[in-house]
Amino acid sequence: METLISLTGKDYVLTASDMTAARSILVFKVNEDKTRDLSPHITMAFCGESGDTVQFAEFIQKNIRLYAIRNNFELSPKAAANYVRTQLAESLRSRSPYAVNVLIAGFDEHEGPELYWLDYLGTLCKIPFGAHGFASNFVLSTLDNAYLPDMDLEQGIALLKSAIKVVQQRMLISQPNFQIKLVNKDGVSVIDI
Amino acid sequence: MVEYALEAISHAGTSLGIVSKEGVVLAAERRVSSKLLETRDLEKTYVLDDHVAVCVAGIVSDANTLVHYARSVAQNFEATFSEPMPVEQLVTRVADLKQGYTQFGGLRPYGVSMLYAGWDRNNGYQLYVSDPAGNFGAWRATCVGANAQTAQSMLKTHLAGPSGGSGADGADGPGADTHTSATSQDDAIELTLEDAINLSVKILCKTIESSNVTSEKLEIAVLTLHPVSKKPVFRALTREELDILIARIMAAEAAEKAAAEAEKAQQAARAASEAAAAIRANASGSGN
Repeated sequence: METLISLTGKDYVLTASDMTAARSILVFKVNEDKTRDLSPHITMAFCGESGDTVQFAEFIQKNIRLYAIRNNFELSPKAAANYVRTQLAESLRSRSPYAVNVLIAGFDEHEGPELYWLDYLGTLCKIPFGAHGFASNFVLSTLDNAYLPDMDLEQGIALLKSAIKVVQQRMLISQPNFQIKLVNKDGVSVIDI
Repeated sequence: MVEYALEAISHAGTSLGIVSKEGVVLAAERRVSSKLLETRDLEKTYVLDDHVAVCVAGIVSDANTLVHYARSVAQNFEATFSEPMPVEQLVTRVADLKQGYTQFGGLRPYGVSMLYAGWDRNNGYQLYVSDPAGNFGAWRATCVGANAQTAQSMLKTHLAGPSGGSGADGADGPGADTHTSATSQDDAIELTLEDAINLSVKILCKTIESSNVTSEKLEIAVLTLHPVSKKPVFRALTREELDILIARIMAAEAAEKAAAEAEKAQQAARAASEAAAAIRANASGSGN
């Protein structure tokens, strides 16, 4: 019922997360933030079992912050993604596993923009673009058709807009608002598109 | 209890480490206790991970336990983060374990000092020393074991820059952080890897309490980056390489000694001739 879309461009990653909090047939609110920043250059968008999602995301956020304080430097996006994977994989094999899917968008000074796709089973995948939720059935074809690896920011935003438009036009569930986050060398920022 | 452990280490064979531009050198004296003992290339040096190696001084069985622990910590880190463990973090973890045994009664501390040579993406080549109490510090060059004082002062004379020898003493103590003490690094001499290896052999030749140093009594290993893959490579110098190095150092020292003696002889001769001239002058003076 929730939608996360993300794509990497030449020197940035864009993430779009829907802002609807709903249960059963009822919409609670349409301005829910489904992202947490893990470090100045990493953000994580999440969806899944409500309750689990925020609990897990903030647990990860705080642990990665603790790592940075202890060691005086930030985890790389790759290390952060692998850490999240480990936590999900451990949780999956516990009595009460988290049912959370995430997209991790980061910018590394050596590696450039990076996007990691992770599901609640602990599948970790580094991808150029991707999506979570029902919407992936709609947007992946749009992205497949129009995605280019070296898109500048303007082109990236245009593609993301068209993907969101497809979701809003074709999906049964109403998702009026999307939050867009941009990750580049300057860090994580929320942008309007 | 920790004092006993420290005392034990001060009798162990000297181990030293030097950070150079192109890699880290670990060098150690090995004491051959019996002719019948089988020897390996590296007796006191252990690889903890692809990018970290350690040279130990003290109780060997304790060292084995710590090495075992450090290896598992490093692999655990890599399993979690899919990246090699930053060197300082690994050092900290082992030091934390050691510290625990200084705090709770009834247990003997680990009688081991360790020299860590490592490379990581954040801080490049690094050298750390940790002692039985759990103290550790980052160094550009340092040593542990018997004659550590001698070796340390030799390292200082060879490595401290123009202003380093006098003023920077405070920054040299344990716990000094090489990453932050930028000023003392700037005016210090940066060695090439070859120079660092030569220096380590030279110092060990001085500190080993034996008249003739052979390759059997030394072990030297270097941590470098592979020129193509840029991945860390750890390698022990072979017997043959050590023999060549020792021969070269010995020859250089002999030449130095000969030169010094020639200088001394020349000075003596000059003094004698001056004295003779003075006597002659006196004699001619009294003649008038």
